[in-house]
Amino acid sequence: MRIGSPKETYIADEALFRTRTQWMWFGILLAMLAIYPFVANMYWIFLLCLISINIISTTGLNILTGYTGQVSLGQAAFMGVGAYTVAWLDNNTGSPFFINLLAGAGMATAIGLIAGLPSLRVKGLYLAIATIGASFILQFIFINWESVTRGTRGINIDPPRVLGTELDNPDTFYWLVVPIMVVMVILAANLFRTRIGRAFIAIRDRDISASVLGINLPFYKLMSFGIASFYAGMAGGLYAYFFGAINPESFPLLMSIFFLAAIIVGGMGTILGSILGAIFMTLTPEVLRYGVDFASPFIDNPSQILSPLRTAVFGAVIVGFLLFEPHGLAEIWRRIRRFFHLWPFRT
Amino acid sequence: MEWLFFFEVSLAGLGTGGLYALTAIAFVLIYKATRVINLAIGEMLMVGAYLFFGAAAGWALPWWLAIIAALIGGGILGIVLERGVIRPLLGENPISVFMVTIGLGSILVGMVELIWTANPRSLPNFFPTDPIFIGDAFLAPKTFWSFVVAAVVIALFLLLFRFWRGGVALRATASDQGAAYAMGINVPAVYSLAWCLAGVIAAGAGILLGSIGGISSEMGFFGLTVLVVVIVGGLDSVLGALLAGILIGWMEAMAGVYLGGEYEHLVTFILLMVVLLLRPYGLFGTREIERL
Amino acid sequence: MSILNVEGVSLSFGGVKALRDVSMQVEKGSITAVIGPNGAGKTSLFNSISGFYKPQEGRVLFEGEDITRLPPPRRAALGLGRTFQNIALFRGMTVLDNVKLGAHVRMRTGLLSAFWYLGKARREEAEIREQIEREVFDFLEIDHIRRHPVANLPYGLQKRVELARALAMRPKILMLDEPVAGMNREEKEDMARFILDVKEHWGMTVLMVEHDMGMVMDISDQVYVLNFGQLIASGKPAEVQANPEVIQAYLGSGDVSTLREKLGARKRVA
Repeated sequence: MRIGSPKETYIADEALFRTRTQWMWFGILLAMLAIYPFVANMYWIFLLCLISINIISTTGLNILTGYTGQVSLGQAAFMGVGAYTVAWLDNNTGSPFFINLLAGAGMATAIGLIAGLPSLRVKGLYLAIATIGASFILQFIFINWESVTRGTRGINIDPPRVLGTELDNPDTFYWLVVPIMVVMVILAANLFRTRIGRAFIAIRDRDISASVLGINLPFYKLMSFGIASFYAGMAGGLYAYFFGAINPESFPLLMSIFFLAAIIVGGMGTILGSILGAIFMTLTPEVLRYGVDFASPFIDNPSQILSPLRTAVFGAVIVGFLLFEPHGLAEIWRRIRRFFHLWPFRT
Repeated sequence: MEWLFFFEVSLAGLGTGGLYALTAIAFVLIYKATRVINLAIGEMLMVGAYLFFGAAAGWALPWWLAIIAALIGGGILGIVLERGVIRPLLGENPISVFMVTIGLGSILVGMVELIWTANPRSLPNFFPTDPIFIGDAFLAPKTFWSFVVAAVVIALFLLLFRFWRGGVALRATASDQGAAYAMGINVPAVYSLAWCLAGVIAAGAGILLGSIGGISSEMGFFGLTVLVVVIVGGLDSVLGALLAGILIGWMEAMAGVYLGGEYEHLVTFILLMVVLLLRPYGLFGTREIERL
Repeated sequence: MSILNVEGVSLSFGGVKALRDVSMQVEKGSITAVIGPNGAGKTSLFNSISGFYKPQEGRVLFEGEDITRLPPPRRAALGLGRTFQNIALFRGMTVLDNVKLGAHVRMRTGLLSAFWYLGKARREEAEIREQIEREVFDFLEIDHIRRHPVANLPYGLQKRVELARALAMRPKILMLDEPVAGMNREEKEDMARFILDVKEHWGMTVLMVEHDMGMVMDISDQVYVLNFGQLIASGKPAEVQANPEVIQAYLGSGDVSTLREKLGARKRVA
């Protein structure tokens, strides 16, 4: 049971974590992330790396869709922009990986801003359709701009080097991707403690009133697009390094639906939701794979049903959460916390 | 010769355009009655085509019976989606409803692949196969007949919409839901009716499309082009859907022949972006008046 | 000295004329009220002033500067704060965040500093928080609900939070669109007191649209009466009250006996 936590300054009351318990949990989480690669096997380390990449991209999409209310089906394509930028730089300039990652994120931001231009004219659903158009056009460029993207053959990327060590395995790559993920999540959380984050939420809730209250809608909408694409570009760059090869098939529309599903499952408009949603959606196919493996003696061609099963389950997860738990896992988490908050007394 | 070729390509384009227009009508029907942007329209079309395939190849029904079965199946699918998923979300944020239809599309693709696998199939042919000449220009018989069927169905639909009681109820609901309800129109039933009709039309379009180019689980992509069609035409405009459907069908055929096959859809999506930037409410759409 | 001048503003939607050649002045430090029957164009006038509608004719001057063509956010930055007729709070935010949002135009935190929440961002947030607590929350007596989501608050409190949000802008002119609509007597009295305090202690100019005649007559310095989009009277509350045209506009017909006759005639037909 936890009761009041008095504070003496407004700075303390504006902190990211306002109670000592929250700080404690955050410390425990960081410690667990630090110990993890020493206790988990390669498969689980691989999964956590993948989850981290997905958390970055999901957080970006949640800023745009969950917080600012602009639905985007282009997140995967913007990841592709980041990935291809990193791949091209890696193959052509030999610049260090962190420069490449930043350049990838920057390039994705630039493309994202262009793709976000329709948001100045149209709202809501029209915009979602514009992002479908944008992602189709990007896909076309990935396939047909052979001199840069090598078309459908794809590009190979050398693993990043830090101090002479190649991060070519999940257990070494872990030390690159997880810190980046933690920092980017904290940055996103910070954003919503300031005027910029508030402006985003205001645009989502009542855009016209927001503009009368002094919020420049085009400016902030584009900013939100830019941030979402920056996160996507960073995730895409990490994806390219992590898998060591990309091709146009790596970033299909289904992947954008994957991220949309992740924010719905996790909880739109919450940072915690991005994390929970990304974890849930990354693990779902793995669980399905286990399920199919387990059932393989009883069904005809287990290898063939996995991919369609995954497609159907993605859809079912979106529909199910929107119907029955529209605030997502974050809300469930809050309910659990509220229960323990006053435990052992009943609320 | 040059002009003849141009004419032939144009005719082929108009053929596809007819199918776009037909599917777009299904889309506009749902949008007008229920204000739902149904991203799963392409998948509904795909399911219709597979139902026909299942009935004709699987149960070995004669083709006309298989078509009827597929149309009924499409209608039932429409009702099930509306009652099961769309109805509970009525009054929710339109963005949630939109995302639900994305989820539905994904489910339908998965189900079709589970039942029939992801491999492309071809449909039994049921159109007359005599070559069609219009003047000197040759037109593939399948394209010609599917255009004719699409045109007849659209005409029938427009008549229904105009004169049938259900059609009037649909239009009343579209223009003012509250008033329609107050005048004794059973608005929930109209919703189901709209989805049911849209399901039937989509299934029909799927059968036509499949009989031209074969069917696969990626047929749903057709729905994305239809989305462009309705945006260009104006979301709530039947006339817009028809004209934009024909226009985009023709444009794609032109791009496909003169620029290369990979440009076919690129042109469509570039058109989409241009329209969204310059005339976001489409050629014939009603501009929403914003209120404070 | 007038802080806001509306000069010959006309506004129409398609064929409907919402405003016809409306001119008015708001004196600095006064409480000015715009009254009129439903559909008289009061809210249209407000929306033209805050920039949501663009009038076809006429000008709006704020502190002598022509703002007719400025987009709404720029007007807010100049010092036009307002509340809305149907409460327009941001439902996804707490009371505190809603009020802080009001201070948006006064803050300068940029994107980078916001991401890291160091230096400027942190300082500015703390400053604004302190100002809000001191000036707004204490004054409007809503400090106890600062962490509540606005969606669950009772109506009267929501209205008060909206006023708080407008005050957090520290506007030069505060525009209130029906501040006491739908309130009970006690809430109305509270709100009237707040509005008077805003004028007297803060020296703020108040422009309001209101239906409640009692309150308008009690606290306004100047009253403008709109009917069918036209200005039909203006002056001190007592003058306006005595104006026959105003009475006619409110009752439809000034003569009570003819009204009765009409009603009686309808009954007989039925």
